[in-house]
Amino acid sequence: MKMKHVFYAVLLVVLIWICLPENIPVHFRVQKSKIDFTINPLSINTSLFGVPIKKEFKTKLGLDLKGGSHLVFETDTSKMKPADLQDSLLSARDIIEKRVNFFGVSEPVVQTLKSGNIYRISVDLPGIEDVSQAVGLIGTTAQLRFMEEGQVDPKIATTTPIINRLTKYTGLGGKDIKKASVTFDSQNGQPQVALQFTPDGAKLFGDVTGRNVGKPVGIFLDYFPISAPTVQQKITEGNAVITGNFTVEQAKSLSISINSGALPLPIKLVEQRNIGPSLGALEVKKSLIAGVFGLAMVLLFMVVYYGKLGIIASMALIIYGLITFAIFRAIPVVLTLPGVAGFILSIGMAVDSNILIFERIKEEMRKGKNFSVAVRLGFGRAIDAIKDANITTLTVAFILFNPMNWEFLPQFGMVRGFALTLAIGVGTSLFTGVVITRRLIDAFYKEKKINK
Amino acid sequence: MIKFLKFTWLYVLISTLVIGSGMYSIIRYGFTYSIDFVGGSDIEYQLDKKTDLKKVAEIVKSNKIETSQLKLEKNNLFFKAKPIDEKQEAKLRGALETNLKLKIKTLRFETVGPVIGRETMQKTLIASFLATLGILIYMSFAFKGLNFALAAILAMIHDFLVVIGTYSIFSHFFGAEIDTMFVTAVLTTMSFSVHDTIIIFDKIREYLKNEGRGDITHYANRALTETMVRSLNNSMTIMFMLLSLTLLGGTSIRFFVATLLVGTITGTYSSPFIATPILVWLEKGSKKS
Repeated sequence: MKMKHVFYAVLLVVLIWICLPENIPVHFRVQKSKIDFTINPLSINTSLFGVPIKKEFKTKLGLDLKGGSHLVFETDTSKMKPADLQDSLLSARDIIEKRVNFFGVSEPVVQTLKSGNIYRISVDLPGIEDVSQAVGLIGTTAQLRFMEEGQVDPKIATTTPIINRLTKYTGLGGKDIKKASVTFDSQNGQPQVALQFTPDGAKLFGDVTGRNVGKPVGIFLDYFPISAPTVQQKITEGNAVITGNFTVEQAKSLSISINSGALPLPIKLVEQRNIGPSLGALEVKKSLIAGVFGLAMVLLFMVVYYGKLGIIASMALIIYGLITFAIFRAIPVVLTLPGVAGFILSIGMAVDSNILIFERIKEEMRKGKNFSVAVRLGFGRAIDAIKDANITTLTVAFILFNPMNWEFLPQFGMVRGFALTLAIGVGTSLFTGVVITRRLIDAFYKEKKINK
Repeated sequence: MIKFLKFTWLYVLISTLVIGSGMYSIIRYGFTYSIDFVGGSDIEYQLDKKTDLKKVAEIVKSNKIETSQLKLEKNNLFFKAKPIDEKQEAKLRGALETNLKLKIKTLRFETVGPVIGRETMQKTLIASFLATLGILIYMSFAFKGLNFALAAILAMIHDFLVVIGTYSIFSHFFGAEIDTMFVTAVLTTMSFSVHDTIIIFDKIREYLKNEGRGDITHYANRALTETMVRSLNNSMTIMFMLLSLTLLGGTSIRFFVATLLVGTITGTYSSPFIATPILVWLEKGSKKS
């Protein structure tokens, strides 16, 4: 019996530790020694049987609360073979992720969404302020293309500039390039960009140069000509250089945009949501105060109306809040405004479980049963209603959360955030409403009997 | 025991009045849809000093941005416009800053393409429909009969109508918009409504099980009498929470919480006064046939 109590106490301490607020500095004096530390939630960094375990229990806030940008790009798949579609989507996703990381955003989320036969890529950039720069960076479809002369009327051919005659795409592009780097011309020291082709690319490049000896081949980036050298001979070793009147900076940025990869599909920005960080912070603070105030009212009401049982219910409710919050931090669940709403609704339902149980207990007592029998019967009777009510709520939450990511259901974050916290909250309340309230009643009333 | 069902005419009257005025408002004023569903741009700027709205409007116009709404509250400037991209936004902000000689902080800038908006609307409708179907199936099993499920669903539809009707009034008088948050609130109301109904139906189910098929009206009245305290207490606790959020919480969730408040009230009301009479009526009907 004693061991059990110690176990519960330890569990409670860990629970509270996980739920502690973040970064609260504490300064105080005990006699003469000054104590100075910062309160932080539990973080584990250890290894168990050689497996490293690292976990920080911190609240993750969504873009609407923390500020940041949510961008959705629509891909143009019209020129894509169905067989290549998935691969190019995934590689586009990876490239965007690379570019975003390059921009220094912490914890970006990049994912592909399918809707009918439209494919989209959504990009979440928490805490970013300069959106146009980010959009610019992601959106630059650094499509490198090698162009050759198309069919041109020989009469005009001599009068139009070379660049305008290079109208035929050779099929050789950014995807065939393994690496681009800045080098310097050995003769005049001019910066230039050296390209190294993939094996396939090298073969293709050999073909292209082979059939264009003595003719110009243009190198275009996003339809802008960079240079149009005339081919001297067939090049088979898979290397090429782009020369031009580059400064070192220009050569560097060109090599970066080639390296960070040409997107295999053209993309277009169709949705963007940018929330400034100050708006979110204010909302969180206000809602937090309101939430605490509301919860206090609920607890007060329970104690006033149900007396001793109300105190037990309040304790169960506080434990419920701690467990749910600990789960949010452990998974971790990204909290958004609708997510907070889901949590609040689930608190309401947790309170309801307790009220249901108490009303049933009272009912049994009115029938003349003694307290311990009334508790047992009351719990048994209430459990059916609680189970059915909560399972319907869970069903709704499940459909809204759309766990299989079906395309005909909402795939956007807001509704899903709501559904997730609601589901976790209701699931936990099934546990606390029944198990913990029961334990608490047993503990408190039994001890009292012994005392008598 | 209180004979709640004697006053069914009163409940019908109240519901008809509330839903009727809501429907009137929907037909007369309609809704304002947010960019979530119809596409467009939504901008909120914080200005460092006061300015004249007319001047702002001129600058916006000269930037060729079609606004459907332009509002100045204290030093916060709100726009709604046809979709613009981040470059146009930056240009507009620059123009405002130089011409009006002030500093602007972008609090929010959202743009949704019209196609996405339409899709969101469709998907949300499908999800709500599936959720309803899920409730219907689960309840038919749990209560071993379609009547319980049907009555719960009809009460849920009642609450749905009350909420959207009220929102149309909010929309007309306070500028509330139909957005994702509203949809979340409606879905919450719907699940709360069923949750609340189940508690009462559970009682009736228990009587039917323990005492056999007796007079359904009698059982219903008894169930209502016994659950009334619980219903009121439960709604009260939720309302404490929501009232506190409405009065103290942030502005961006105000309409959301207000909708939840309406939803809680109608959800609590409909379980004893709409769902239960419907159940009694359905049970009586199926007994006769």
